[in-house]
Amino acid sequence: MFDPIVPNTDPNAQVHFTFDGESIYTAPNTSVAAALLAAGHTWFRQMPVSGRQRGPFCMMGTCFDCLVEIDGITVQACVTTVTEGLNVTRVPQMHLQEGKFK
Amino acid sequence: MTTMIIGGGVVGLSVAYGLLKQGQDVVVLDGADGDFRASRGNFGLVWVQGKGAGCVEYSLWSRRSAGLWASFAQELQDLTGFDLKLVQTGGFEYFTIAAELENQVAKLLALRNASNGDYTFEVLDNVALKKQIPEIGPKVLGATYCPEDGHVNPLFLLKALSSAVQKKGGVIHTGTKVIDVTSTDAGFMVVLENGKQLNGEKVVLSAGLGAIDLGPKLGFRAPIRPQQGQLMVTEKLPTFLYHPSGTLRQVNEGGIQIGASKAELGLHDVEDVLTIAGLARHAIDVFPHLAKAKMVRSWAALRIMSPDGLPIYQHSTTHPGATFITCHSGITLAAAHAELLPDWIMNNNAAPDLSVFNEGRFDV
Repeated sequence: MFDPIVPNTDPNAQVHFTFDGESIYTAPNTSVAAALLAAGHTWFRQMPVSGRQRGPFCMMGTCFDCLVEIDGITVQACVTTVTEGLNVTRVPQMHLQEGKFK
Repeated sequence: MTTMIIGGGVVGLSVAYGLLKQGQDVVVLDGADGDFRASRGNFGLVWVQGKGAGCVEYSLWSRRSAGLWASFAQELQDLTGFDLKLVQTGGFEYFTIAAELENQVAKLLALRNASNGDYTFEVLDNVALKKQIPEIGPKVLGATYCPEDGHVNPLFLLKALSSAVQKKGGVIHTGTKVIDVTSTDAGFMVVLENGKQLNGEKVVLSAGLGAIDLGPKLGFRAPIRPQQGQLMVTEKLPTFLYHPSGTLRQVNEGGIQIGASKAELGLHDVEDVLTIAGLARHAIDVFPHLAKAKMVRSWAALRIMSPDGLPIYQHSTTHPGATFITCHSGITLAAAHAELLPDWIMNNNAAPDLSVFNEGRFDV
């Protein structure tokens, strides 16, 4: 049904990365979001205020619901291509705070 | 007695809602999606601090509206179910340049004097500020704080007002650009772009920048101009900022909204990288940890500015029954526009004295 945007010359080629320590293999030129969805992860992050789970919605760089952390920086998983050994984590939640006012 | 309201932004809808509460029939004519809409691009402050330097009446009018806001928001929520996320815990203005902080303090002192001492604010240095807001950066020399400042979700406000007007029996025509308005024997007739005509006994012109063209048809000078402001919002972050400032506020969903530039560019509402980068620089100067935050959106919108920056409230002298309302602070003034302005529009005894805001002040 779908063809990769960048065709793989070697159908057996695989790239390895981790998500919160979990080992995941995917085809080359796959976005982090696509690889995570294919591995069964439907939510990537939690809303910082409400704590609700969020996952990719648009897959084209617009909705910012697929944010993950790579090398200490928050990035959009759908516009980030998996590279060998990439270490992807969920954006740390720092404790969710009550909406109280000082 | 039907009042036709030309302009269905926050100003027009606030007035419409207020008139409906006074038992008037109201028809709101809202423009097209492609029009310049300050109501959809603004920063969302309910702001008092520093407003009205040189015109204490404007300071008092803004404060009166801010004071009415809590019950106004509650009333809209009870009627429509929309929680406007109003927070009025006071606002800070942050300063990284000593002279600007001194100017601000002088301005607030002058406002306090003009208000016979009834004007509360505090000045905090970096150390005192850090106790309140630990995330503050070392470049911030100090801040001024005013307990009457606050913020609201302006899009929820727009939605709630639209719903409230309809629940009160008002009619809103959307996508209707008014191209002409004339006096008739029985009141007024407006002509829409699609050729349709509507009649009513009274007319309120609250069309934002649209009043530049329509104002003179009703005898108003409408000396207003667009002033561009650019804004941006970050990814959603854990709540850390419990007070808005004129340039930084954390919205209820967690995003940090950063504003706002001022530029005289005519009817140009497109953002540019240099300006947005400048806003980001300022945000990082105040809160260094935002350097890691992702920007999610940036946009530009157009303020509606009068020559002296103050609102204009004017009854037409040539077209009795026509009223002109314009301002650049439609959010702050929404409560006053709903609760106090209808009496003035209808010339009731309870009308607030708004004579200082008439157009005559621009006569040379």
